[in-house]
Amino acid sequence: MNVTQARVDKATLAAYWAENKRLTTITLLVWAAVSFGATFFVEALNAVVIFGFPLGYYMGAQGSLIVFVLLIFNYARTMNLIDRKYNLHEEE
Amino acid sequence: MAKQRSNAFFDNLGRVYGMYTGALIAFVILLGIAEKMGLPPQTIGYIFIGVTIGVYALIGVISRTSKISEYYVAGRSVPSFFNGMATGSDWMSAASLIGLAGTIYGLGYDGLAYIMGWTGGYVLLAVFLGPYLRKFGQYTIPDFLGARYGGNLPRLIGVAAAITASFAYLIAQVTGVGIITSRFLGINFTVGVFVGLAGILVCSLLGGMKAVTWTQVAQYLILIIAYLTPVTVMSYKQTGVPVPQIMYGQILQKIDAREKQIIADPLEAQVREKWALEGRTLGEKLKDPATPAAEKEELAAARKSAVAASQPIRPYLQPFARMDRLNMLALTFCLMVGTAGLPHILMRYYTVPSVKDARSSVGWSLFFICALFFTAPAYAAFARWEVLSTLIGCKIAELPAWTVHWAQVGLVSIKDVNMDGILQLGELTLGADAITLATPEIAGLPYVISGLVAAGGLAAALSTADGLLLTISNALSHDLYYKVIDPSASIIRRLTISRVLLVFTAGVAAWAATYRLTIIVELVAWAFSIAASAFFPALVMGVWDKRANKAGAVAGMTVGFCLTLCYLIGSRFYGLDWFGIKTVSSGIFGIPVGFLTIYAVSRMTAAPSQELQEFIESVRYPRGAVGESSHDE
Repeated sequence: MNVTQARVDKATLAAYWAENKRLTTITLLVWAAVSFGATFFVEALNAVVIFGFPLGYYMGAQGSLIVFVLLIFNYARTMNLIDRKYNLHEEE
Repeated sequence: MAKQRSNAFFDNLGRVYGMYTGALIAFVILLGIAEKMGLPPQTIGYIFIGVTIGVYALIGVISRTSKISEYYVAGRSVPSFFNGMATGSDWMSAASLIGLAGTIYGLGYDGLAYIMGWTGGYVLLAVFLGPYLRKFGQYTIPDFLGARYGGNLPRLIGVAAAITASFAYLIAQVTGVGIITSRFLGINFTVGVFVGLAGILVCSLLGGMKAVTWTQVAQYLILIIAYLTPVTVMSYKQTGVPVPQIMYGQILQKIDAREKQIIADPLEAQVREKWALEGRTLGEKLKDPATPAAEKEELAAARKSAVAASQPIRPYLQPFARMDRLNMLALTFCLMVGTAGLPHILMRYYTVPSVKDARSSVGWSLFFICALFFTAPAYAAFARWEVLSTLIGCKIAELPAWTVHWAQVGLVSIKDVNMDGILQLGELTLGADAITLATPEIAGLPYVISGLVAAGGLAAALSTADGLLLTISNALSHDLYYKVIDPSASIIRRLTISRVLLVFTAGVAAWAATYRLTIIVELVAWAFSIAASAFFPALVMGVWDKRANKAGAVAGMTVGFCLTLCYLIGSRFYGLDWFGIKTVSSGIFGIPVGFLTIYAVSRMTAAPSQELQEFIESVRYPRGAVGESSHDE
C-alpha cells in the first residue's frame, strides 16, 4: 500500500509543526508546575487549607491528577483543530 | 462496508459491558445473600475466582483470531474510550490495587510521588509519543525503532530493553496471582501460580491482542468496583458521607490532631527507648563471632526494624519526613518518564482506529486510572484514622477481630514491648498490603466484599500479565523471528510461532515465580528506570529530532541503558551514591545522558537519508499514509 499522497508543502508543515511545538511547550509547563512545582513549594502551599486538605498535600494527591486529565483532553481537542486549520487531518 | 459493520459493533459494546457490569453487581449481591444463608467463605472464594476466570476464558474464545492484525493490534478497531479502559487495567497491577494505599499509609506525603509519577507520565505519552506511534501504525515498539533508525541493530536493542523492562514485571504479576489464589482458595502457592497461568493463557493464546483488549475492559470494571466499594462504605462509616475522595480532607485534620497527642505521650517515648535498646542488643549479637552465620540475616532484619521503630513519630502530613525533597522529585520524574516508555502501555495506542482516537484515548486512559489513584490516598487516610482512633490506646487483649485475622498471615504485627498491655503506635506494624485487604473488614462489610477485592486483585494482576506477556512474546516472534531471522515466513507460521513463544514465556515466568525471590518487587521498580532511560529518549528523538540517526540512537540507548543498570546495581549492592539519589530513582542519570548522547552522536555522524527524513515528516501529521509503509495484513 504505497500511497503517493498529495505532497504537503514544506512551509505548511513547518507552520503546523511550530503550532504543535507551542501547544506542547505550554502543556509541559503546566504539567511541570502542578507536579514538580507543587512538590518543591509544598510547605508554602500547605499554609492554605481547603475543606481539610492542606493545598500542597492536595496537589500531590488529587489536584495534579485533575490537571493532567484536563491537559490531555485539551491537547487532543486543540491538536484536532490545528490539524483542520492546516488541512492535515485524517480523511474520514 | 467494513466501517458500517464496526459501527454496529461499537454501539453494542456499550450495551454489552453495561449488562456485564449489572450482572457483576447482581452476582455480588446474590453471593452476599447466600453468605447470610450460611455459604462458607472458602466456597465464596472458589465461586468468585472460578466465575471471573470463566468470564475471561469466554471472552478469549469468542475473540479467537487467525488474522495477523487482530492478533497483534486488535485489528486497530478499538474505540478510544474502551482502549482507555483496557489501558487502565493493563497499567494497574496487583501492586497498585493492593499495595498502593499501603505505600501512602507508610510514607505519608512522600508516598504521593507514586501517585503523581504513575499518572503524570500520561501527559508525556500524550504529547510526545501516543499519536505519532499510531500514525506510524505497525505492531511493536521495536518496529518503530527499526523503521525510524533503519537496520536491525536499533530493533534488537529495543527487543532487549523491552524484555528486560517487562520480564521482572511479569514475574511479579504471576507471583501476585499465586498469592491471591492461594490465600483465598486455601491452596498451595505453586498450584495457585499455575491456576493463574491458565487464566492468563486462556485469553491471550487464542485471540492475542484482540482477546486481551476485551478481557482487559472486563477486568477494569471488576477491579474498579472492587476498589471503590469498601472505601465508600468506610467513608460513610467514619464521616456519614459516602464520597471518600472528598471526605478524607476532614480525616486528615483529625489525624494531624491525634498525632500531636500521640507524639506527646510519654508511653510512646518509653516504647521507642525499648526498641532502641533492642536494636543495640541485636547489634552486639550480630558483631559477636559466636553467632552462627545462618542466623545473621534474620538478626540483621530484626535489628533494622527495631532501629526503625525507635525513630521519633513523623507526622503523616509532614513533607519530606521519609524521603528528601531531591529524591522525591527524582522519583516522581523517573516514574513519569518510565510510564511513558513502557512498551506494554505504548503498544496499546496501535490498537485505536486513528490518530485522533489515539489522542483522546490517552485522556481516557488517565481518566480511568485516576479513578483508582484518586482514591488511594483516601484509603490510606481512613485506615490511618482507624488505627489512630480505635487501635492506639486499646487493650491488646481487646483488639478488633481484623487485626487478629491479618496478624495470622503476617500482615499485621503487634509487639507489646513495654509490657503495659496497651497498644502504642510504636508497637504496631502494618504490611503494605494490609490496608486494602483489611478495609472491608474494618468497615464491617460481609466476606463477599473481601472476595470481590480478591477478584479485583486477580483481575489487576491478570490484565497486566496479559499485556506484558504479549509484549515479550511479540518482541521475540515478530521482531526477532519474523523481522530478523525469517522475513519470508507465512502468516500461519508467524502466528504459530507467536503462540508457542507465548506459552513458553508464560511458563518461564511461572517457573521463576515459584521461587518467590524477594528481589522481584524491587526489580519491578527498576523496570521504570530502565524503560525511561533505554526507550524514552530514542522514541522521542525519533519523532522530534529529524537529525537523529541510527548511530545516535544505538549509542544513546546503549549508554542510557548501561548507565542506569550500573547505578541500579551499584547503589543497591555496592554503596554507590551520586548526590544522595536512591536506587529507585536511578533513571535520573540515564534519561538526560541518553538524550544528550543521541543528540551529540547524531550530529557527529551522517544525517539520515532523504527517504528517512520524509518518513519522519509523514509521522508528524495525521493525514495520509506514513512514508515508507509496508502493511502486511
